Amino acid sequence: MTDLLIVGGGPAGLSAAIKAKELGLENVLVIERNNRDGGILNQCIHSGFGIKYFKEELTGPEYAYKLSERARELNVDIKFNSIVLDIDENKNTKILSENGVEILKPKAIILAMGCRERPRGAINIPGDRCSGIFSAGTAQELMNLKGYTIGKEAVILGSGDIGLIMTRRLTFEGVKVKAVLEIMPYSSGLKRNIAQCIYDFNIPLYYNHTITEIIGKERVEAVKVSSVDENRNPIMETEKIISCDTVLFSVGLIPENEIIRNKIKMSEITGGAIVDNSYETSTRGVFSCGNTLHVHDIVDNVTFEAFKASANAVDYIRNNEKNKNLIKIETGQGVRYTIPNFIDINSDDENFDIKFRTDNIYKNKKIKVYINDEIIMDRKKKIMSPGEMEIISIAKDNISKKCLEKVLIKVGE
Amino acid sequence: MNIREFICIGCPVGCELKVSFDNKTINVTGNQCIIGKKFAEEEITDPRRNISMAVKTNLNGKKIMVSVKTESEIPKDMIFQVIKEIKNKKITYAVNVGDVIIKNVLDTGIDIVATSSNVGDFNGL
Repeated sequence: MTDLLIVGGGPAGLSAAIKAKELGLENVLVIERNNRDGGILNQCIHSGFGIKYFKEELTGPEYAYKLSERARELNVDIKFNSIVLDIDENKNTKILSENGVEILKPKAIILAMGCRERPRGAINIPGDRCSGIFSAGTAQELMNLKGYTIGKEAVILGSGDIGLIMTRRLTFEGVKVKAVLEIMPYSSGLKRNIAQCIYDFNIPLYYNHTITEIIGKERVEAVKVSSVDENRNPIMETEKIISCDTVLFSVGLIPENEIIRNKIKMSEITGGAIVDNSYETSTRGVFSCGNTLHVHDIVDNVTFEAFKASANAVDYIRNNEKNKNLIKIETGQGVRYTIPNFIDINSDDENFDIKFRTDNIYKNKKIKVYINDEIIMDRKKKIMSPGEMEIISIAKDNISKKCLEKVLIKVGE
Repeated sequence: MNIREFICIGCPVGCELKVSFDNKTINVTGNQCIIGKKFAEEEITDPRRNISMAVKTNLNGKKIMVSVKTESEIPKDMIFQVIKEIKNKKITYAVNVGDVIIKNVLDTGIDIVATSSNVGDFNGL
């Protein structure tokens, strides 16, 4: 008898489970495909986690350990080596575990499946399909969890955080990173990571560059690289060859939603579910949080988001369905997406936290929020970039005073 | 006055610091908090870094990776010597989160501690 089913036992799922238990919900079940909880944090052996939530800087495994211990204290039930095969419109969930196939009928579901990496094939890098080609996260797992040496000389495509972290990781293991290539004119990674992964070790980082071919017979032997024009197309005259035996791809994370994408309303921009401020999806009683909803930069924000989703799921279970009055948050110039996508004006929330990402780097610009065409926030920000998620808070007062018809957020002067 | 610009690595914000210094004083601008000021001062006088690694352990034939970190920052120019010490450490015993793997590594006064465990019910190498 499961009241709350949580799909995924990584930081989002564990945080959601912890919150539900702290709120006194008894029957909470986490389904985890791996043989341990902690999700992606288990392989993120570097530090930088927990500053906001635990008020100390931790490595990924330590953050996971703290969540895991708390979940154990609270007697969270976790089914390992288990996956969800299907969720129907009535929330009936088919799972596959060591016991075989079972159907569960939870009162609410929290989706916390995390995300997957974009592979080489998806960006159509031509050339040979030899060994030595890895997504950055796969290389990270092979090195950190399985103890493999993955190569001797590497080229890395993508200067997002995972590419940067792996640059340093490889360098620590004696692998020569010959180049990090970034197709955009800027990195989407944290500036601190550029400092401590690239500058610290004098690794060549080339903006506006990409790999145009991978060359190798059984193993990678070299890559062809060239700079790109303003449309991100390779400029053939600039083509160079870099010899290497390993290629890492750090070219984007995609929210994992295979089991649910045809069942709930999805956003093409985030790749995750469309949600309102309670993190409920278009199916009543199904909530989404963490990287499965939208890709995060900082795991503490995943925990806070999961806490909110879980509190709302518990409220849903105890108080059943309340009527919603949903107003869409419109994105104007400069704003790529917001989470949530909708605000429920009937909500009890005192404040609405809106997370968003810009579509470009903006320096000394303003975040402008309009309620019914009246400006209610006009905040100057020294710098905003796509790689760093922003959060603003709108007080409910601002909304209930007017007869809310429209919310717009944009970047302006 | 010498001037250096670098990014603070004290937290994920990554403030762009501008530091002017001579033999006697260090002036820091661009920091949003005291962590940045301290980082800048140390970066000029005694640059240090934290590092983390994954090490192989062998527990009764079961090979499991354990992640470790420096308890606090080591001198930046000793990074690769410390890495070598860590990799040479043979671990054939149970390790729990927080256990000291190497005490006072290379006389730095800094311990290497485990950030994960090889005890538990999961697959190894």
